[in-house]
Amino acid sequence: MRDKTNIWIVFTFLAPALTAIFLFFIIPVVSAFLISFTDFDIYTLGDFRRLRFIGIENYLKLFKDELFYKALLNTFYFVLVGGPFSIFVSLSTALLLNSQLIKFRKIFRTIYFLPVVTTIVAVAIVWRYLYHPRFGYLNYILSLFGINPIDWLGDPVFAMPAIIILAVWKNFGYNMILFIAGLQNIPVELYEAADLDGASSWFKFKSITLPLLAPTTFFTSIMTMIGYFQLFAEPYVMTQGGPLNSTLSIVLYMYQEGFRWWNIGYSVSIAFVLFVIILIGTIIQFRYEKKIQY
Amino acid sequence: MKKIVVPVLILTFVFNSCRKNSENELTFWAMGVEGENVSKLIPQFERLYNVKVKVQQIPWTAAHEKLITAFVSETLPDVFQLGNTWIPEFVAINAINPLDSLIALTQINLDDYFSGILESNKINDVLFGIPWYVDTRVLFYRKDLLEKSGCKNPPRNWNELYNCSKKIKSLTSNYAIYFPTNEWIPLILFALQNKAELLKRNYTEPAFTDSQFINAFEYLSKFYKEKLSPSNITEVTNIYQAFEEGYIAMYITGPWNISEFKKRLSENVQNLWMTAALPSPDDNYPGVSLAGGASLVINKSSKKKNLALKLIEFLSRPEIQIQFYQLVGSLPSRKSAWNDSIFVNDVHLKAFRIQLEKTQAMPKLAEWENIMISKIQKYVEEVAAGKMTVVEACKKLNSETSILLEKRKHLVEIGAL
Repeated sequence: MRDKTNIWIVFTFLAPALTAIFLFFIIPVVSAFLISFTDFDIYTLGDFRRLRFIGIENYLKLFKDELFYKALLNTFYFVLVGGPFSIFVSLSTALLLNSQLIKFRKIFRTIYFLPVVTTIVAVAIVWRYLYHPRFGYLNYILSLFGINPIDWLGDPVFAMPAIIILAVWKNFGYNMILFIAGLQNIPVELYEAADLDGASSWFKFKSITLPLLAPTTFFTSIMTMIGYFQLFAEPYVMTQGGPLNSTLSIVLYMYQEGFRWWNIGYSVSIAFVLFVIILIGTIIQFRYEKKIQY
Repeated sequence: MKKIVVPVLILTFVFNSCRKNSENELTFWAMGVEGENVSKLIPQFERLYNVKVKVQQIPWTAAHEKLITAFVSETLPDVFQLGNTWIPEFVAINAINPLDSLIALTQINLDDYFSGILESNKINDVLFGIPWYVDTRVLFYRKDLLEKSGCKNPPRNWNELYNCSKKIKSLTSNYAIYFPTNEWIPLILFALQNKAELLKRNYTEPAFTDSQFINAFEYLSKFYKEKLSPSNITEVTNIYQAFEEGYIAMYITGPWNISEFKKRLSENVQNLWMTAALPSPDDNYPGVSLAGGASLVINKSSKKKNLALKLIEFLSRPEIQIQFYQLVGSLPSRKSAWNDSIFVNDVHLKAFRIQLEKTQAMPKLAEWENIMISKIQKYVEEVAAGKMTVVEACKKLNSETSILLEKRKHLVEIGAL
């Protein structure tokens, strides 16, 4: 008897949170999942009778859609090249800023963090100038080394690297702060002991810093991966997915299908495929993490 | 007591602001600069009919999304502006009211409108919008560069355009003409001029492998292949600068660029540019151009359709259209407005007046914009970059478009459209 009343009390207290989760999370996700089995489109908006249940047709169409594969490939390119590159840059700057040799560390930390808090739209305007094939500063610097001008945003080969450089520049400050926090948690005694044993700085980095930083690295790499899989704003403001769809990401494709052409059913099925991909990526990283636990 | 009064006041305020607006208040949405400036004309209307008009301005970039979401949430205004390529879509979702029977009650004389543009407002011969302002594309060119290269007049047919481009190229060794590869416009223009059908059987099947379409595409691709036009967009980031430098000598664009050219080109090239109607594949000069522009439409569920019609009638008056032109530079949709000296004496507008008589509506279906932007544009880009031949591109274009038209085909077959 007492147990039962307890349950009701628990539910009463949980009710507000549960209602919110149910209304704003469970219902939308479930209905989105159902919509992915229909051909919900612009015609359906006008007359609901024009909705057809088409089973897994959307998913089948998706796996035959060249553009979807292109978007998938572009996104993987971005995640696999941009992700590690971003972690590398964050870690390197964190190490630099954590070293005792550098002066004005706080100022540098602020400067490196600034791109994270500026809006991408403003950043994009400046970067479009930097990337300009005829008047851009980047090509000017390259020309000093005798390299021919690169059409950064116009050439399908260079557009994605250009987006990666921009995204890394924009985001590395965030992970850098996490890395600095991680570095400051490493006990100084370990380095002192290593110094007494006459360890080189590379050895100290390899055997103390990296292993003890593993939890931070794990966290940042998962968050970076999840964030990078959802690449959207950078190509949206810089290239709109072009040239030749070389910067079309999955989320951008989903957005275009859903909110530009109102193929809601199709676009939701893209979202679920992306969800599965991110889930698999996270599981792989969790497996890997267990192996390197210290 | 106070504790109750405040929430009650807030609630009444909230409910009041949600309430449907009063009997003689009309809501009107307009986009971009038109929306910004049309409110200056509204007071005349308000005095005339003793009503209030609430004008809301919507930026063009967000307009489509905002209109659709407003439709879904049933908050569309009584009257709104609609780009005329969007009309089929809003008819498909049953958002706008047919106008034929309503128009009979007004002074609006449909014969005074440009036929191609009026046609783009009709779906299955039913009129859904009244053209508010018109827009078409003509050739902007550098007089000096054309003369120096030996082209006496602006090109009147496709051969002349091509030959003239080659001459300019050999004179300046820059580009002759600019066909942006991120635009569907050049290809659609050439296709329409070449009498390509584009879509057939009540727009349920693509006709992109027809010879008219392929020939138009081949013609365009020559300009990219022979470097007469830049084959990617980043080479010309500032069209005005490129035009001034003579980096390009010709550019097909719309009326808004008249004022931009006047504003942005430096003093010494101001006398060197002119506009001309588009060349034609044969000797029937001029060739057709796009029937662009925006129309005024009435929300199907509006309770004030008669008042809404009065507003449209008012904004369609020639003298109001002239005032509107002076405010924003949008070209009047009424032919009679064009007789005003302000248009007759403008050298750059002459080409537009000629071109407006020869415009053609594009296929009228909800999916058309999707087909143009995500299919046609994509293959223009592929061909311009030399990744694909024209015939390959047309085949792919055909197969992808028929997938896209599957739903429409189904709806047409069951008679739902």
